[in-house]
Parts: sequence; C-alpha cells; structure tokens
Amino acid sequence: MSRSIKIDPITRLEGHGKIEIFLNDDGAVEDCFFQIPELRGFERFVVGRPIEELPRIVTRICGVCPASHHMASAKAVDGCFGNEVAPLAHKLRDMYYHAHYIHSHIAHFYALAAPDFVCGPDADPSVRNILGVVAKVGLEIGKQVIRARALAQNIQQILGGRTTHLVWCLPGGVSKGLTPEELQEIRPMVQELSSFVDFSLKLFRDVVLGNPSYVDLILHGPYTLDVQNMGLVDEHNAPNFYHGKVRVVDFQGQEIVKYEPAEYFEHVAEHVEPWTYLKFPYLKKRGWKGFKEGIDSSIYCATPLARLNVADRMATPRAQEAFEQMFTTLGGHPSKALMASHWARLVEMVQNAEMLQRYCDDPEITSEQYRVVPRQITGTGVGIVEAMRGTLTHHYTCDNNGICTSANLIVGTTNNNAPIQMVTKKVAQTLIQPGKAPHQGILNMIEMAFRAFDPCYSCATHSLPGQMPLEVRVYKGGELYRQFKR
Amino acid sequence: MSFEPKIVGFLCNWCSYTGADLAGTSRIPYPANVRIIRVMCSARIDPTFVVQALAQGADAVLICGCHPGDCHYSEGNYKAMRRFPLLKQLLKAYGVEDDRVRQTWVSASEGQRFAEIVTDLTERVRALGPSRIHPELLNDQRER
Amino acid sequence: MTEKKKLQIALYWGAACGGCDVAVLDTNEFILDVAAAADIRFWPIAVDGKYADVEALADGELDLAIFNGAVRNSENQQVAELLRRKSKILVAFGSCAHLGGIPGLANLVKREEILTTAYLANASIQSGNRTIPCPETNCDGKKLEIPVLYKRVYRLADIVDVDYFVPGCPPAPEQVKNVLLAVVQGELPPRKSVIGASDRTVCDDCKRSKEEKKIQRFFRPFEIIQNPDRCLLEQGLLCMGSATRSGCGVRCPNSNQGCRGCYGPPPGVRDQGTKFLSALASIIDSKDPAEIEEILSHLPDFTAYAYRFGLPASILQRSHRS
Repeated sequence: MSRSIKIDPITRLEGHGKIEIFLNDDGAVEDCFFQIPELRGFERFVVGRPIEELPRIVTRICGVCPASHHMASAKAVDGCFGNEVAPLAHKLRDMYYHAHYIHSHIAHFYALAAPDFVCGPDADPSVRNILGVVAKVGLEIGKQVIRARALAQNIQQILGGRTTHLVWCLPGGVSKGLTPEELQEIRPMVQELSSFVDFSLKLFRDVVLGNPSYVDLILHGPYTLDVQNMGLVDEHNAPNFYHGKVRVVDFQGQEIVKYEPAEYFEHVAEHVEPWTYLKFPYLKKRGWKGFKEGIDSSIYCATPLARLNVADRMATPRAQEAFEQMFTTLGGHPSKALMASHWARLVEMVQNAEMLQRYCDDPEITSEQYRVVPRQITGTGVGIVEAMRGTLTHHYTCDNNGICTSANLIVGTTNNNAPIQMVTKKVAQTLIQPGKAPHQGILNMIEMAFRAFDPCYSCATHSLPGQMPLEVRVYKGGELYRQFKR
Repeated sequence: MSFEPKIVGFLCNWCSYTGADLAGTSRIPYPANVRIIRVMCSARIDPTFVVQALAQGADAVLICGCHPGDCHYSEGNYKAMRRFPLLKQLLKAYGVEDDRVRQTWVSASEGQRFAEIVTDLTERVRALGPSRIHPELLNDQRER
Repeated sequence: MTEKKKLQIALYWGAACGGCDVAVLDTNEFILDVAAAADIRFWPIAVDGKYADVEALADGELDLAIFNGAVRNSENQQVAELLRRKSKILVAFGSCAHLGGIPGLANLVKREEILTTAYLANASIQSGNRTIPCPETNCDGKKLEIPVLYKRVYRLADIVDVDYFVPGCPPAPEQVKNVLLAVVQGELPPRKSVIGASDRTVCDDCKRSKEEKKIQRFFRPFEIIQNPDRCLLEQGLLCMGSATRSGCGVRCPNSNQGCRGCYGPPPGVRDQGTKFLSALASIIDSKDPAEIEEILSHLPDFTAYAYRFGLPASILQRSHRS
C-alpha cells in the first residue's frame, strides 16, 4: 500500500509551497512533487493602468524584493518613453539596489538559511529559527545582525524615500535625489555594512566550512544538478545586478547564449503542469525535455551561484578575492554545488558594499539632475535586472496615452521552478530510507534543497498576457453538446 | 409578467422634486418604478448613495437637480455636474451598464419632462433586465 | 514563584507579498522583546511550524493570530478559519487583509481571464500548451491537489470574524511595535477597531503648504517637475491624502509622489473611492461640461486610483459585467 508524506507548508522562505512525497510498497521514494498553491494575476490586472503607475503596483508582487520589481518595471517603463532617462538616475537606482541586496541577503542568510547550519538541520523545529540562531551565537551578534539589516534599510529609506514598496522611479528618472546632508548620513552606514559583510563571510567560514559534515553536504551531498546557469553580466562578464546582458552558461563553463533584454522571448519559454500554479521556464531553442539533467538539458538555474557561475570575474576587487576563494574551495568554476548559493550570497554582498562605497565617493551623486521630463511615448519596453533570487524580466506595452496594454513577467524564482522540483526529488530519494519513517530532521533536510535558492513564491506566481481566441467544444456520445467561445 | 425595474430617484427639493410634484398634480401618468428620495440640493448626493442603492438591489438610479445657473444654493449643482463624469467612469469599470445611472436637470415647471424622463429610463432599464449586482454580492458570500 | 506564561502567537500570510512580515522584522531589536514575551508557534517565513501543528492546538490556545494577505483561494480561507478557531484575538494586518489590497485589483477582471491568459495565451507559453492548473490532478495513480482559485478576492473580514485591523501597505514598523505592545500589555481598544493608525488623514499630517485647491489641469507624474514644498493635488498631481487614514508618516508625499490610499478610508467613511470622487470633483475649477470633460481626460483610469488598495472593500466590491 503506497503512502505519501506531505510537508505543508514549506517554511523559511517567502511565499507558499508544499512538498508531497510518494512512497512505493517498499517504502522507497517513488515520486516527489514540489507544488506552488498561489496565484494572484498581476500581469492581467495591470492592463488598463497608466504605465507610470506600474512600478508602484508591481512592488506588491513581493515585499522582500520589491525594489527588484520596481527597478525592472522602471526600466520597462523607460523603454515605453524612448529610454529618455537622466543618467544620474541610473546611478542612484543602482546605489539603492545594492543596499536592497544587502538587506535581503542578510535576511535570507541569517533568518532563513542559518538556522539549518547554526542550530543544526535536525534541531527541534521550535528552536530552528532566527531566535534559535541568536540563542546560539549570543545576543551581541544577534543585535549586530539586526542592526546591519536595519542600516541597509535606512540607506534605502534615506536615498529613495521608502524601503518596502518604494515609490521612487518615474519615467525619466527618480522622484527625489540625494542631498549632501543625506550622503553624510549614509557614509558611516556603508562603512559599518562593509565590516559586517566581512564578519558574515568569517562566520560562514567558521560555522559552515569549519564543520566537515557541512562541507561534505555542500560538496558531495545530493544537492547538485547538471543543469545550466543564467545571470546578468556587464561588458566584462562581471555581475551587474541592475543592468546588462543575460548570459547563459552550461555546467561545464561553456557559454550557450548572451542576449539583450529585448530578445528575451526568443530564448526563454514556459511549460505548464496541472499540479502547480507555477510555470517552468526552460531554454526555448532546446525545447522542453522534461525534468532532465545533462549537458543538453534545457533547464537552468538563476541564483546567486548561477550568477557567479556565468561571471568570469567580479566587478570590484575585494569581491573578486572572495569569488576566487569560494571557487577554489568548491573545486573549480563553475560549480554544481547548489548549497554554495548561501556562500555566493555573501560574496555578492562584498560587491554590493564596495559599489555603495564607490557611489558615496562619486562627486556627481548629490547633483539635482535626477529627473528629466520625457518627450515621447514609444510604446514598448523590456527591463531586466537580477532579483536576489534570479533573473527578473518585465516587458510592457502601452498605447499613445501611456496606458498599459500588456505586461509580461518572468520572475526570479520562476526560473528555478524546474531545478527545485528536480533537486527536491533527488534529495528525498537519497535521504528517505525504505522502511524507515523519516523524522522531522530528514524532512527539513529535504526542505534545505529549496532554501539554497532563497525562493520567493509570491514573486513567482503571476499571470501573463495576451488574448487568444479560445473555443471549446464538448462532445457527448459523438454529438456536439456544448460550445464555449472567448 | 415582465420585469418591473426598481429605480431610486434622488431629487433636489427646489427644482426637480417640485417638478415631479407638478407631474403629479397635473395628472400626467408616468411609471411607478421610481422611488423618490428628496434632498435639499443635488450637491447633497454623495456618490456613495448611488453605489449603495445599486448594491442593495436598485436596478437603476436617477439623479435630478436644478438647471446649471438656477441652483437655489448658487453652486451646488455644479458640484454634482463635476462628480458625474467620474462616477460614470467608476460605474463602467464595475461593469454597470451606462443606462442604469442617469443624471439630468429638471426645473420646477418641467412636470411633463420629468414624466418623459422616468418613462424613458424605465423602459431602457426594463430592456436591460434586473441588475446583477445585489444577487452577485449575496452569492459571493455563499459560493466561492 | 509562578512564571508568567508566554503569549502564544501565530503570523500567517494569505494572498500576500511578504512585505507585512518584513514590516514585523523591521521592528528590529523589538523582535527580541517579542521573542522574550511570546512563543511564535507558526510563522512560515521564519519558523518551522506546519499546518498540522496548528491543527493540533486546542481552540483558543493561541492568544494572538496576525493574518496578512487577502483571501484569493481555498487554502487562504481554510487557514483563516483554522486560525480563527485556534486564536483568542485575530488581527487583519496590512492592506490586503484589511481592504483586499493590490491583489484586489483583480476584482476588475474575471478569474477565467487570469487563467487563460496565464497558461494558454501568453507569448512565452510552450507552443501548443492546453494545460491549465487544476485543483485535482491524477499523476500515475497519485492524487495531487492545489487550492481552488476563487472567482474574486475577499478581505479577511469577508471570510471570518476579525477583532482588529492594522492598515498599511505595509504597516509602518513603529505602528507594528505599538500594536504588539498593546497586545502584550493587554491594552486593546474595543473590538473591531482600527489600530496602529491615527484618526486623522494623510493630508492633515502632510507638511506641504496648502493654499487654495482649484484644479484647471491634471498632470501625470512624469509630465511636470513638481514643487517639493506645495500640496501635490494643488499642482494637479493626483494624491489621495485627503481621503486616506494617516499613520504611515506621509511616506509617499515625502518621496515626492502622491498618496495612493493604502491606509484605507478615514474613520467614519464606508467607501474610500466615492468619498475621494466627491473631494476631487469639488475642486475642479470649471462650470462648463465640455471643459470639465477635458480636464478629466488627463486623469485616466480613475477607478484604479480611487480603489488602488481597496476594491474588495468598496461597496460594489468587484466588477459585475456579464
């Protein structure tokens, strides 16, 4: 008699999800499904809204990475206005975005991921959380973590006016600039964040890399996949989270394609399964081949690890050092060790901190030329940024009154739907022993598979546009019984 | 048995209510479908009243005020005039058919005209059928 | 010596974005005080409690459940009902739970439109796809279930009895602190109150200078460079501050953008949109119908401005087109 094990809801991530594991008669894992139960329909209900309102609406796709949506949306809207943007606005947006990355990466690393490593993967669930982490590392360090995240939020607040659900980007630029006084407030915060990032890397080395069983888990555990990698890079193939080209590289390091944002739909398509509301993006030119690994796989990851996998180098010197250290330990570049995304997040933060410092030192940063009034509506735009959890694409069209006529989103975590499905199954099959009912620690270790991706399922669940005529004919005993048309 | 629309009519005291009264005293027949609510001025008509009437089961709403320039309080009907296009936009977005909410100016001497307006509105709404709003809102609580 | 029993609390998200949970984390060190006074039994973003753990609780065992997000599907409803049973106090937290929120804009379209465009018609969809997710799937003899997507969005109070409402998208962290402190100290106002917000409007709290409001022209936000010191509405830039409850710190006008009403209507107002409609109409500077139409033509999509966060909470609640 086969039975199933349900993990519901999955926890320590953003959004809703559940895992259902089916066992065969011998008690071994026969199949495993990672299901997403939510859908809100953003792309459908933004149609008809003034296009400049979209950056303020789409932030509500996600409250952990609202700035990702705000920036991608702003860039798509910029496109709808002929890309007429004050150059300073791009710098300010990038500056904000680096602070945003730090807030989110700290929240993920310490609150969502760290409990598994600091408290232990099979610790009592009631303590396996941020409060348990604070209990273990001490109140002093706990307060430092909280303070660092608060600093990152403060920088965003000072610069852009709001943290969660900012209302800052407009066609032509941003709604407020940075005054010299505000810059003076930000400077010491950036310094402090920089030290905290170094501290976090050290903590990771001590707690995770210093524990042989964790190193084994990362390097040799079932948390690996032979699939491709996607990330945004600049002209030197270094990660740029705000602007660049999308680069796809296979797990052996060969570039598959590098494309401009406007070309995205030639390269990515989405597959639908009836048992989850979340679609499965794949490399369009290779076709959907199912949940299959391999050098010809059309499945790809878009994660911090994937971003560093597609990069040849980092954009800033200390981040470059951290990048080299990481891949040396991992045994080469690129790496398939999906758990290494937790490390990659910290390496990215080094670049975030260095870039924030650069902007602080940029004499133009407090200029008042942060906005222009755009002169034309050109009607279409594609904005791609790297959300913390993956490549984020917003594609809009509008009419000549600037009213949105369509919106197409491919969101960070959605990119990872197939890899998460695959690695969750792999880990379940490895860890669940036939005949032994898995205890909660084993189930948590199955959850650790998706946690490496820092998923954001509120982000991922959305709907896409277009109006195709649809006709459904129902036949009963060979005769046309009912007909529906749309 | 054809459907009898339930129409709520908001009439201002000084012009339109008096005009409706005149239709009555002149024995001009008109459909009994309008339930008249007298307000002192068309400016008193909060758009909230209109949507509330629809939500509670009215098939249509009629708003009558003094002709522009003739308001007893000088400017009241201009406020009503400015609200109406926005209200129409709102109702359209909610899928309420255009004919279900009408705003018009009726003077104290326009008894005949009031009767014609009500007759026309009643027939248009009869052709549209009962408003779906109230039953749909009730149903939303039962069937999701 | 008797130890004071810790409060048992739960936090949950319906059709949500996670921003309200981040708002709780943004109380910073205060979260440690909360941890000292309370056991967080269920909070999917941060804590490993599962549904089975909540179901195993006795009715009323939780002192407080904080529910953010709207009710969009059957799972949202089931958990709302579960938490209502298991908690003494249930709080609708944030715009979505309070009013329907941004997801409530979906009440202007039909569920079928969402599903068919999402899974069949989109340009990126795998060519030839005819599959739409459905509540029950049979996969080689294995039954897989996902929640039923409801026809429309509901507020929390449409589904269960709610004790308190905390407005905002998200609620300002200082207000979150005030709310949690009130619970811990047992100092709550009468049931059904809005808490964590003031009784004034955003307009009252806004520091911009206010002169006479007479609008001859509306401007879309990108059309002009605004005066940062003067009332936005007076400059023809749409701002709902006059029809919106305060408590947010005027954060949008302070970012040089108009208020869009996320804290919901002020006290005593049943429908935020129709009230704002009146307010806006009263300041349009014209008596000529053709001129009025021209002025309003620069304000497209009024409905989604007036009900940006509160469509399900409006009197008409959702589109009624056939």
